[in-house]
Amino acid sequence: MRLLGKITAGLTLGAALLGSTAAMAQDDDVRIALVVKSLGNGFFEAANRGAEEAAEELGNVEIIYTGPTDTTAEGQIEVINSLIAQRVDAIAVSANDPDALVPSLKKAMQRGITVVSWDSGVAPEGREMHLAPSSDELIGKTIIKLAADHLPDGGKVAVLSATSTSTNQNAWIEEMNSVMDQYPDIEVVETVYGDDLADKSYREAQGLMQTYPDLDAIIAPTSVGIVAAAQAVQDADKVGEVNVTGLGLPSEMAGAIESGASKSFAIWNPVDLGYAITMISYNLATDEAEAAPGAEIGMGRMGSATLDDNTEAAMSEPFTYDESNIDEFKSVF
Amino acid sequence: MSLADGTRPRHVPDHLTSRGQRVIRSWETLLVGVAVLIFLANTWASPYFLDPWNLSDATFNFTEKAMIGFAMALLIISGEIDLSVAGIIALASTAMGYALQFGVGTPGLVLIGISVGVACGAFNGVLVTRLGLPSIVVTIGTMSLFRGIAYIVLGDQAYNGYPSSFAFLGQGYVFWVITFELVVFLVLAVIYGIVLHATNFGRQIYVIGNNPTAALFSGVRVQRIKMILFLLTGLMSGIAAVCLTARLGSTRPSIAYAWELEIVTMVVLGGVSILGGAGSILGVVLAALVMGMVTFGLGLLNVPGIVMSIFIGGLLIGVIALPRLITLIRKGQI
Repeated sequence: MRLLGKITAGLTLGAALLGSTAAMAQDDDVRIALVVKSLGNGFFEAANRGAEEAAEELGNVEIIYTGPTDTTAEGQIEVINSLIAQRVDAIAVSANDPDALVPSLKKAMQRGITVVSWDSGVAPEGREMHLAPSSDELIGKTIIKLAADHLPDGGKVAVLSATSTSTNQNAWIEEMNSVMDQYPDIEVVETVYGDDLADKSYREAQGLMQTYPDLDAIIAPTSVGIVAAAQAVQDADKVGEVNVTGLGLPSEMAGAIESGASKSFAIWNPVDLGYAITMISYNLATDEAEAAPGAEIGMGRMGSATLDDNTEAAMSEPFTYDESNIDEFKSVF
Repeated sequence: MSLADGTRPRHVPDHLTSRGQRVIRSWETLLVGVAVLIFLANTWASPYFLDPWNLSDATFNFTEKAMIGFAMALLIISGEIDLSVAGIIALASTAMGYALQFGVGTPGLVLIGISVGVACGAFNGVLVTRLGLPSIVVTIGTMSLFRGIAYIVLGDQAYNGYPSSFAFLGQGYVFWVITFELVVFLVLAVIYGIVLHATNFGRQIYVIGNNPTAALFSGVRVQRIKMILFLLTGLMSGIAAVCLTARLGSTRPSIAYAWELEIVTMVVLGGVSILGGAGSILGVVLAALVMGMVTFGLGLLNVPGIVMSIFIGGLLIGVIALPRLITLIRKGQI
């Protein structure tokens, strides 16, 4: 069968091409695998840019950027199994399921691989440490600071949250209230709930502007609420009077920044996150640092991370986006 | 030899079966060839491939899918298809997770997972055989229905905390690197091989797939056999759900997402005719090995998942187009 022969040759050639690219990797490099929830997601592509930046800074690091095509735990397990087989030095994973990955990650640790999680964590028994992009405390401080920065003479501020039972938002608002004594001229007049629904958030924002005609800022610590509030301010012709701020996604907030309805907002920076977790993975894999409660692990230009009792750490306060950098990030995530 | 008017006689084959048998035989030979080739290519391309533990890990890439693949092969040979298998896994896994909340132990969980699988298969089977609906439409519907129920129950939550005796079913080793799942896979392969190739039931499946009307007139209970095949597919989906849930140790509604296409790919790559009437269990086993080795081998080279899908798709089209090309070349048309 000559045709079979040709196909055989074709397959072999294909395998040879794949093989030669693999053989180019240096053996003495520290190989850090960045396992993401799924490939083709702008947020994780940006994290990979940060990881590559860290690798360049460190010199002898090879980044393996990988992940499944769909955001499934099974897909990530297949990827992790093949990384274990390759005996990489470290696996840094943003998990699709905090529990399902534990058995394979435990196996990785048994075989001497450094395992850390970032962004979306793994249960404590399946990793050495977890790097959260930020913490409740840092987010709470940031959202009021964003509003205060544009109110040098003080003013009235309202909060547009998600639901009244949202654990995250409630924790952030509580942290915000605990630092209000640093802003004596700023008064938080009311907290309303848009239930993370675009239309309800919009109506609640409208209601706030009617109830408090001299309102100066709306803080929405939710990506749905902040977009709806910015729209409501624009529609009420109050751009310049009411500043909308809080937590949002650059891609969704680019319009509000352009129109001036929002002067600035915050969210974690995926580039910094990828950079920081690569630095941590490197330090743990080369035994420069150890992941134990209370330990301090260096993150290069991002400072250092201090682990709490659950060996978790927060990277930094959320990154502020305004007209100076929105164009760079609006296509990223 | 020419006739009196100068034309040559039309070639009439003297026996009908031998060519078909030859194609089937060469198909499996071809798959063995491809498997060996991929094995050698992997061994050569990555120093990590030839390691018993790594190969053992790699079997998880196909064992659960292949279990369903066996029942799917029978169903496709009979001229039907079930696209709801991944949905059944999601629903069966959700049911097990729900039962876990009430403290049900490992035997109970296994029983519930398998029962839900069989019930889902029965639902498909009744719609197809009693109401006479086309199986592709019915199971596209139930694919969303079964997974939809799992999403309603769980939302963005997950069930976890399965007992360690349950985890053995998905993570346990029977002997050295031989996993429990691999043993289940091998035992099922033998059982399905015997059922399809050495029983009347198996012959009847081929007859139905080749000509359901003729089968009916020959006294084959067509609807009954199809019903049994849907029940078997449900049963296998239930067993796969038990293994997968035990391996993951948690249930999310996205579990086994898009597996139906990989399973159908595996079956078709194994030489089962998508039009029904032809195929073998050995082919499915070989296809499972080929797909498992390709995904693992490419994984070792850190090839992104989407490129793997392209590779598998290319492999499928290549292997399927090959016999057709050979036929055309023999006839001198290319």
